[in-house]
Amino acid sequence: MKTNSRNLYLIPYAAWIALFVVAPIVLIVYYSFRDIEGNWSLSNYAHFFTPVYMRMTLSSFWYALLITLFSLLVAYPTAYLLTKAKHKQLWLLLIILPSWVNLLLKAYAFIGLFGTYGFANAFLESVGLGRQQILFTDFSFVFVSVYIFIPFMLLPIFNSLEELNPTLIQAARDLGASPWTTFRRVVFPLTIDGVKSGCQAVFIPALSLFMITRLIAGNRVITLGTAIEQHFLVTQDWGMGATIAVFLVIVMAVIMAVTGRRRRGARG
Amino acid sequence: MTDSTIIRFDKVTLQYDGDDAVLSDVSFEIEHGKFYTLLGPSGCGKTTILRLIAGFIQPTQGDIYLSGRRINDVPANKRQVNTVFQDYALFPHLNVYENVAFGLRIKKMKQAAIDAKVKEALRFVNLTGYENREIREMSGGQRQRVAIARAIVNEPEVLLLDEPLSALDLKLRTEMQVELRELQRRLGITFIFVTHDQEEALAMSDEIFVLNQGRIEQSGTPTDIYDEPINRFVADFIGESNILPAVMVRDYLVEFAGREFECVDGGFHPGENVEIVIRPEDLEITAPGEGKLKIRVDSLLFRGVHYEIVGSDEDGNRWLVHSTRKAKVGDEIGLDFEPEAIHIMRFGESEEDFDKRIEEFTEVGDED
Repeated sequence: MKTNSRNLYLIPYAAWIALFVVAPIVLIVYYSFRDIEGNWSLSNYAHFFTPVYMRMTLSSFWYALLITLFSLLVAYPTAYLLTKAKHKQLWLLLIILPSWVNLLLKAYAFIGLFGTYGFANAFLESVGLGRQQILFTDFSFVFVSVYIFIPFMLLPIFNSLEELNPTLIQAARDLGASPWTTFRRVVFPLTIDGVKSGCQAVFIPALSLFMITRLIAGNRVITLGTAIEQHFLVTQDWGMGATIAVFLVIVMAVIMAVTGRRRRGARG
Repeated sequence: MTDSTIIRFDKVTLQYDGDDAVLSDVSFEIEHGKFYTLLGPSGCGKTTILRLIAGFIQPTQGDIYLSGRRINDVPANKRQVNTVFQDYALFPHLNVYENVAFGLRIKKMKQAAIDAKVKEALRFVNLTGYENREIREMSGGQRQRVAIARAIVNEPEVLLLDEPLSALDLKLRTEMQVELRELQRRLGITFIFVTHDQEEALAMSDEIFVLNQGRIEQSGTPTDIYDEPINRFVADFIGESNILPAVMVRDYLVEFAGREFECVDGGFHPGENVEIVIRPEDLEITAPGEGKLKIRVDSLLFRGVHYEIVGSDEDGNRWLVHSTRKAKVGDEIGLDFEPEAIHIMRFGESEEDFDKRIEEFTEVGDED
């Protein structure tokens, strides 16, 4: 009787998983084995392992890596300062607030800021550096992506810093550690779980970015995300798009498995 | 200031904006190689003193000296003191060995030297063979020992212990009291131990500082403080006691509970209002009519080693008696005590004046 009612509660959850997680993946895998004519074939995979797609994959990884790295470099110190701040909940809210604004709106806002007659160039001109090409460069692509991903990196790091027992920092100082050594040997190792979750939350979506590549990078950067979008919406080659998607799903699973495996240290 | 002084507080005040002072005008000296206890209720400033010595906070006013050098502006990592924290603060990502080796690695010591020192420190706290254990696999008492080993391996001049026994159960706590005292003797360094447990303080210390509301009320050996508390607060906080208002008829004669009694304290004005303390174990039960006082027994509790008897005399004063003899509730009993059992406390007397008066007027040799 008891187990029956418990199973009853599981139905919505199971239905959700089946409809929105399992079914799409099965469909993607199914399409990846169909060529453009609708025949069963492995040609999509053969095509994927050609230099064109490999270069695209490589550049996707490279940019995702850069975005993750810069997000981490910005988010960790910010999170650290936040935990020390007086009104930390307010500051946290202010940092997270932009993520409530639609991605497209933010992208267009940056077009305005970085454009030839935008605010950034006006500033450069006033300090005597003259107008620069900012939009449609690697710099602007990485900059805007980092801006968009910072809240996702910041939150898990902030949480792990908040959980850190402050007496541990005192203990390290007491044992002779300088502030930097304390950070390197105590604070960072104990917040590594937060860093890992943050990197996962940034790296994986960064691999399949597409909107920003067109609006901010002006299609000079073509990532796997852009390729999927183009195949589904423009070339109508669903099979090829699905193949890239399958590849990304596998990569994500591997990344999650590798970064998530380490056991958590018990708290003192 | 003597040569053996290792820590000196000179009029140290700590105050946060707009709040009452956490410590006000505290001065004391701590000598090398002794076991000190800072004793007081929570919020009295005892942990604050420890944190000032460790360097986690800085005084608002006054100076702190370590080995004759002013250390107000020396950061915690540059001070020759180590702390055993209340929650132990062991590093959860390191095993026992690496926790103990933490301070040595920072000093960039050679691996062989680290090995030898860590082994020795673990042997000192009876944890040989636990090197590769993770912290979460250790019990409370074992973590306690790791925390001590991690501190003493750095050979500090002063070891600060912040209520380190409060998380342990009674039996383990008593064991650790003996071990800590033993450890201090073997190491020969200064221990400064913070506790709110008066029994712990009496059992372990060479010297006790009793603190209240950011001030040192009294300092002295455990027997000094137990036998000659300076005021009501100390008498009440250290052990159980009968405290009664009294009048000094003249030196060595005091009146309370409607009668005059001989006592051993002097240096008072005739007719001065004072308070007297009689410890419950100094009261002896006699047959009614005999003895110096007559009380009616209101309650009786069996405490294992003794009976705890609460009674009241004709004036309504409450009397607490510890006796191995049993009494019946409702019975009248007599109470007898020696003149030495009466300790007299003057209102608002400073510690300096108190010590001077005790030295001058106490005729019975009560130092042992």
